[in-house]
Amino acid sequence: MLRLIALRVAMAVPVMLVVATIVFLLLRLSPGDPALVLAGDNAGPEAVARIRAEMGLDRPLLVQYFGWLGEIARGRFGISILSKVPVLALIRDRLEPTLVLALSAIVITVVLAVPLGAIAAWRHNSWIDRGVMMLSVVGFSVPAFVIGYLLILFLSVKADLFPVQGYVSPFSDPVAALRHLALPSLTLALVFMALIARVTRSSVLEVLGEDFVRTARAKGNVERRVLWRHALPNAAVPIITVIGLGIALLISGVVVTESVFNLPGVGRLTIDAILARDYPVVQGLMLFFALIYVGVNLLIDIAYVIVDPRIRY
Amino acid sequence: MLINRREALALSAGALLATTNLARAQGKKTLRMAPHAALRVLDPVVTNAYITRNHAYMVYDTLFSVDSQYRPQPQMVKDWSVSADKLAYTFTLREKLAFHDGQPVTAEDCIASITRWASKDVVGLRLAAVTTGMKALDARTFRIDLKEPFGPMLEGFARPSSIPLFIMPRRIAELPADKVLEEVVGSGPFKFVASEFRPGVSWAYERNEAYVPRDEAPDGLAGGKQVKVDRVEVIWFPSKQTAINALAKGEIDLLENMNADQRSQLQGNKDVVVRRRPGPNASTVRFNWAQPPFDNVKVRQAVQAVVTQQDYMDASIGEPESYQVCPAFFGCGTPLETAVGFPDTGKPDIAKAKALLKEAGYNGEKIVIITPGDIASFAPLAPLTQQLLRQIGMESEIQTMEWSAFLTRRAKPAPVAEGGWNLAHAVFDRIDLISPLGNLNFDARGKAAYTGFVDDPQTEALKGRYQRETDPARQKAIVEEMQKRAYELVFYIPLGTYFDYETFRSTISGYVPSPVMVVWGVDKR
Repeated sequence: MLRLIALRVAMAVPVMLVVATIVFLLLRLSPGDPALVLAGDNAGPEAVARIRAEMGLDRPLLVQYFGWLGEIARGRFGISILSKVPVLALIRDRLEPTLVLALSAIVITVVLAVPLGAIAAWRHNSWIDRGVMMLSVVGFSVPAFVIGYLLILFLSVKADLFPVQGYVSPFSDPVAALRHLALPSLTLALVFMALIARVTRSSVLEVLGEDFVRTARAKGNVERRVLWRHALPNAAVPIITVIGLGIALLISGVVVTESVFNLPGVGRLTIDAILARDYPVVQGLMLFFALIYVGVNLLIDIAYVIVDPRIRY
Repeated sequence: MLINRREALALSAGALLATTNLARAQGKKTLRMAPHAALRVLDPVVTNAYITRNHAYMVYDTLFSVDSQYRPQPQMVKDWSVSADKLAYTFTLREKLAFHDGQPVTAEDCIASITRWASKDVVGLRLAAVTTGMKALDARTFRIDLKEPFGPMLEGFARPSSIPLFIMPRRIAELPADKVLEEVVGSGPFKFVASEFRPGVSWAYERNEAYVPRDEAPDGLAGGKQVKVDRVEVIWFPSKQTAINALAKGEIDLLENMNADQRSQLQGNKDVVVRRRPGPNASTVRFNWAQPPFDNVKVRQAVQAVVTQQDYMDASIGEPESYQVCPAFFGCGTPLETAVGFPDTGKPDIAKAKALLKEAGYNGEKIVIITPGDIASFAPLAPLTQQLLRQIGMESEIQTMEWSAFLTRRAKPAPVAEGGWNLAHAVFDRIDLISPLGNLNFDARGKAAYTGFVDDPQTEALKGRYQRETDPARQKAIVEEMQKRAYELVFYIPLGTYFDYETFRSTISGYVPSPVMVVWGVDKR
């Protein structure tokens, strides 16, 4: 296990370098100019040129690139062009809402979607199965912002059960935090649940046809035990894989959900930074996301070993 | 910047503190508002972004300000005088003016602030070019000596938008002009709470207890800035719909702007007041003067012949009470309003347009219209213009991009093949149009000019004459000449003005109508 972790950490270095290079080139080669954004819509050309020179954007691309890599190697991620706040401080400030939102969405998903998918497989072709599949089609098809606005309209504006917007830290006021998180978590979880429920269903369905399940039934196990004790653990590997891959879906969903519910997370920070061409912030965020992906993949590999001892690296 | 564990802990504690501070402020009379944009840049001299300007009006004070009729009125200044030869202006500050750090506002602070402003602002640059010296006569009095008369002196000091002249402490104002200021110390009616500033998310102000307002009633940006709430919390909403819901539910007290369509959602809600904003927006068609075919005045005139403001406003805004046909390049309802030269008869003249195109020798080159796809106010303009071009036989193609890419491309005078453009649109706040020297549409320096690259030395000469003229009647005559020429040469085509709406809870009173949203005078039950 330790060897696996050490290997993955070592492999992360070239991955990060490639990501850093691609992100840098994509940003510099795409149209858009942070100096124009900073100067404002109606700024004259002199003002824009002055700001461009001040930010060092008039230097050759290679000089900018190696200068930035050198700073990264020293652990410096730069300073936001717009707000003049260090990139790490910006990410850190926005990290908590996103992590809390993503975590709560994952918990809701796993708690609801895995049992629903397993039950749908167990009651294959029944009304439960069709109901779960219909919900999963709806979850997949309806965009997150539509779900979010509908939840706000009915549960917040009309029923007055939840606040419309905003974030309260669970470390400062857990009850208020739960009220503020309920709708965005549900919005984000619905899309994720659709994916996980479908995969769980097909995976469990496949396992239920295996010989060892028939053997378990022949030994007199009750259906509930067959499903939860024998079928589900053996169907876990593809489910874990999809949960891991689904982190990407979650991150893209976070961007929309954070905007709809006005949560100050890294999703919004990313969009704002890209639209404003705030190069240091975008570069820092992309490296951060790459690091998250590397970490999630490592955790998935570790989870494989735990749920299926036959797997060796 | 490298962050060590101790700094990281401090930052995390700061973020937590900011959250709890916002919540803890419940004991105070707190106004919660949603602005039109997110605040990221704090220095009002570096950027002309409206949100930074609005922030600056909260924390800084100005020597002069415009009233609701756009006339300059003294604000920090108590008395002023000009010499008989119009070459020396003397200003005396009001008593008891003080910065938020407790230091008194002095004449030296004003001189340093004017110097910094005059190195960036277009009107300030013109003032700097004719200034021979600025001198503090005593702690509250300073004099500006000129080599030639500068008619728009007060107009410049009272510039309400773009880059207004905000007074800062000398130690800050004397930092290099290209350095973005990070310390916010003004002498205005509110203090900026730096510890609660979360760029792009939220920020807060507290009442400046030491502020001494003028005795006059507030009028536009002028008059007494009476503060009646203890705190103002500003929360940025990337989704306007969420902001409207939050206002309807009472989670915020004030929403700076919404468009005519959105206000219907709040009609009938007795807890909310919806009011037309005093300052309208003006949308325009702009040509790239630097490239064919719009380097030819006849081609520009051909397009002008088929554009009617009424059609654009009907199609893009719809509600007649939310728009106005406005012939004045310097804004309707402003001191320099004039209809001179307005060619719009309300009916497109397709025959005239086709004849002009024929005279110009237009041979069917494709016109590239660039437009931002992510800005709602631009959305209807490009298809409307394309339809008109089609009617007069001009081939065109709309290229849609996001805002930042649009700004970059629109700033290029190059041919289309080299990343340029032929036709684009721009939207202005009327407040940015009222000054003949500050109105960027009259920047006529060719490729060095504002987007559109209007090239007309005669207009630049007229601006020089306006600058030297001190008699308002003669100034107005020059402005009429400028407008007439701009219509003849088709600097750009104004498409009419339209209004947004400001919305607040009925528990709010004393909200001053102003082209820049300000909250002095606002009280909350």
